[in-house]
Amino acid sequence: MTEPAPRAPIGPLADGEWHRLHPASPLLRGGLVFLAVLGFVLANLRERVVEVFVLFFAPGEAGGGEAPGFGGDWAEDPVTGIVANGLVGWALLAFAVVIALVILGFWFAWRMHTFRVTDEALEVRSGILFRSHRSARLDRIQGINIARPVFARLFGAAKLDVSVAGQSGNVDLSYLGSAQADRLRGDLLRLASGARRQEPVATGDGDSVVAAGADAAGTAQLGPGAPSAADRAGAVVGRRVDEFLAPELDPDLAPPESVVRLPLPRAIAAALLGGSMIWLVVIIVIIVIALTTGTLWMLFTFIPAAIGVISYLWSRITGSLRYSIAGTRDGVRIGSGLLSTANQTIPPGRVHAIEASQWLLWRAFGWWTVRVNVAGQSITQAGDAARRTLVLPVGTADDVRRVIGLLAPDALDDLVPLLDAGLAGTGPAPGFTSAPRRAAWIRPFSWRRIGLAVQGGTAVLRSGWLLRRLALVPLARMQSVAVAAGPVRRGLRLESLRIHTVAGPIAPEVPALDRADATAAFGAIAAEAVERALRDRTDRWGAEHAS
Amino acid sequence: MPDPEHAASDAPEAPVPEAPAHVDDDWRRVSPKHVVVEVVGSVIGAGITVAVLLVVGWWFELPWATWGGIAVGAIALVSIAFEPRRVRSIGYRRRADDLVFRRGIMFQRQVAVPYGRMQLVDITRGPVSRALGLADLKFVTAAAATAVTLPGLPLDDAERLRDELVALAETRRAGL
Repeated sequence: MTEPAPRAPIGPLADGEWHRLHPASPLLRGGLVFLAVLGFVLANLRERVVEVFVLFFAPGEAGGGEAPGFGGDWAEDPVTGIVANGLVGWALLAFAVVIALVILGFWFAWRMHTFRVTDEALEVRSGILFRSHRSARLDRIQGINIARPVFARLFGAAKLDVSVAGQSGNVDLSYLGSAQADRLRGDLLRLASGARRQEPVATGDGDSVVAAGADAAGTAQLGPGAPSAADRAGAVVGRRVDEFLAPELDPDLAPPESVVRLPLPRAIAAALLGGSMIWLVVIIVIIVIALTTGTLWMLFTFIPAAIGVISYLWSRITGSLRYSIAGTRDGVRIGSGLLSTANQTIPPGRVHAIEASQWLLWRAFGWWTVRVNVAGQSITQAGDAARRTLVLPVGTADDVRRVIGLLAPDALDDLVPLLDAGLAGTGPAPGFTSAPRRAAWIRPFSWRRIGLAVQGGTAVLRSGWLLRRLALVPLARMQSVAVAAGPVRRGLRLESLRIHTVAGPIAPEVPALDRADATAAFGAIAAEAVERALRDRTDRWGAEHAS
Repeated sequence: MPDPEHAASDAPEAPVPEAPAHVDDDWRRVSPKHVVVEVVGSVIGAGITVAVLLVVGWWFELPWATWGGIAVGAIALVSIAFEPRRVRSIGYRRRADDLVFRRGIMFQRQVAVPYGRMQLVDITRGPVSRALGLADLKFVTAAAATAVTLPGLPLDDAERLRDELVALAETRRAGL
């Protein structure tokens, strides 16, 4: 991270020209669903057609014949009508026209969906009738995600999602070739870092990237020598298999000692001991009661709820599979997933708050989970955002320290002495301003844990008993700070202190401090925030290499 | 040299009008006329509720509605009586690097917003404020929780303050 090692030149997709997406994109973006529906309808139509003919030729025997699936009923009337009126030819023609129109539509949408990367911004043009042109400023990039759903991986494609500051959502490029997506991410991050664009020199290693996108055409080409064609097909299959099995992190980019290991049993146990488990138990008890008493309406109400909770648990477990986190030159990279994989990069200087939290049932095992606040998480995609803000699904205190070291590398030396007391400690601790004993009136269980420290440009907020929390807020990115007191707190001469950051899962708050302490902390935080914000240059982390 | 934003913060050749005017360490209050705005608002709100409750109580002979109406009216009167105090508690202070805002007598709140964090400054005026020549100034940062609104400033003051703050925010902006 310190020495400016020479880097590969900007890749072919980031050359400022307009490019199209992966040729399989239309198929992956909706074509597969279309094909599945089509197949379903056709399969059922076939049943109906057979049945109609049976009915036609042998009316007596068809009474018991029942079409499998509920699609059969749906198709009954049209098919019978068409056969009865002799319109089979017209129906087939109409069908063919519809299919052709849909294919044409998908193809046009693909043709018109282009993107380019300039020195300033990533621009995307799309739409057939209603054209849209989105442009995301590179220096406002808050994170880049690469997702590879199972089907997309079979095609060697990946979805690149660039989140920018703002609520209107992200710029997403779905889909790109898998290798191209990785390359483009690197290029975007490099341009965003403030490093200058280098002239694209020899495109020697770029060729393999282009080939990855074009290999669909390559396999179709029948060479004169049969062995060479077979070799090429073998190479393509080999590359697919390699891509499919490859770990999410490029081993060159990930210093191995910094990667947190998340064993599968721990992931499963942590999910089962999580808060959602209580809901599952409650729901199962209700279902059992409903079954024994025979109140069926309760079953209909709660079985969907049980399915919801189980699918949440399942996604929680699968999301932790093959979890990895590592610091790269262009930010922290977090990858996870077994079949559908996701891979997120948070550039330096984009983390607005970090929180390690520990639920009561996790305490015996010493497990923690770490979340972050980052800008540009649109509120509409709640599930997606929840996954992206989860940095460490479950880990030990050591893992938490390593993750915080990656997320806040500059402040780590100052924070290390505070972390032990901050994570599990109670009572007064060096560095922390604790809440006075009278805070027990409003926080009877957690008042011993309540504490605040300001160290190394970071505010450290400790609180919670049922859910132990330790929040770290880099003051360079704090938005505002507030102290407040209602009648009860005023009577106890207490004040609560809140630090406002961009929207996210963390709302850093110290519930109660002595009034004098709170006022002093308010002043200190406000002053340090201004000073740190002026000095902070982490959001253009590559600029010093360029100039 | 790398980009103009940071260069600006290093060497402020800033077009700030009345250069040192923004630093003043006194708490400033909002215009006392803002009491009228608040009173009119609560009179209209409470008046409608009380009227509905009284009419319902009289028409359907429901004593609880009548008593409810009387209770709402009494609470509204007490809160209106405290309105001047509440408006006097609203204050702001322009420090060298941030704006501090405070309000409340029962529920006190004090917020410090660094100038560089202000994403936009908004002036809104309701019908009563307009009649009195007042305006509300709303500050928006990237955090929704900041929620700082400075009500009841004379329009000229509000516009001048807005321009100053925007200029300050421009010179001190640093990333997000």
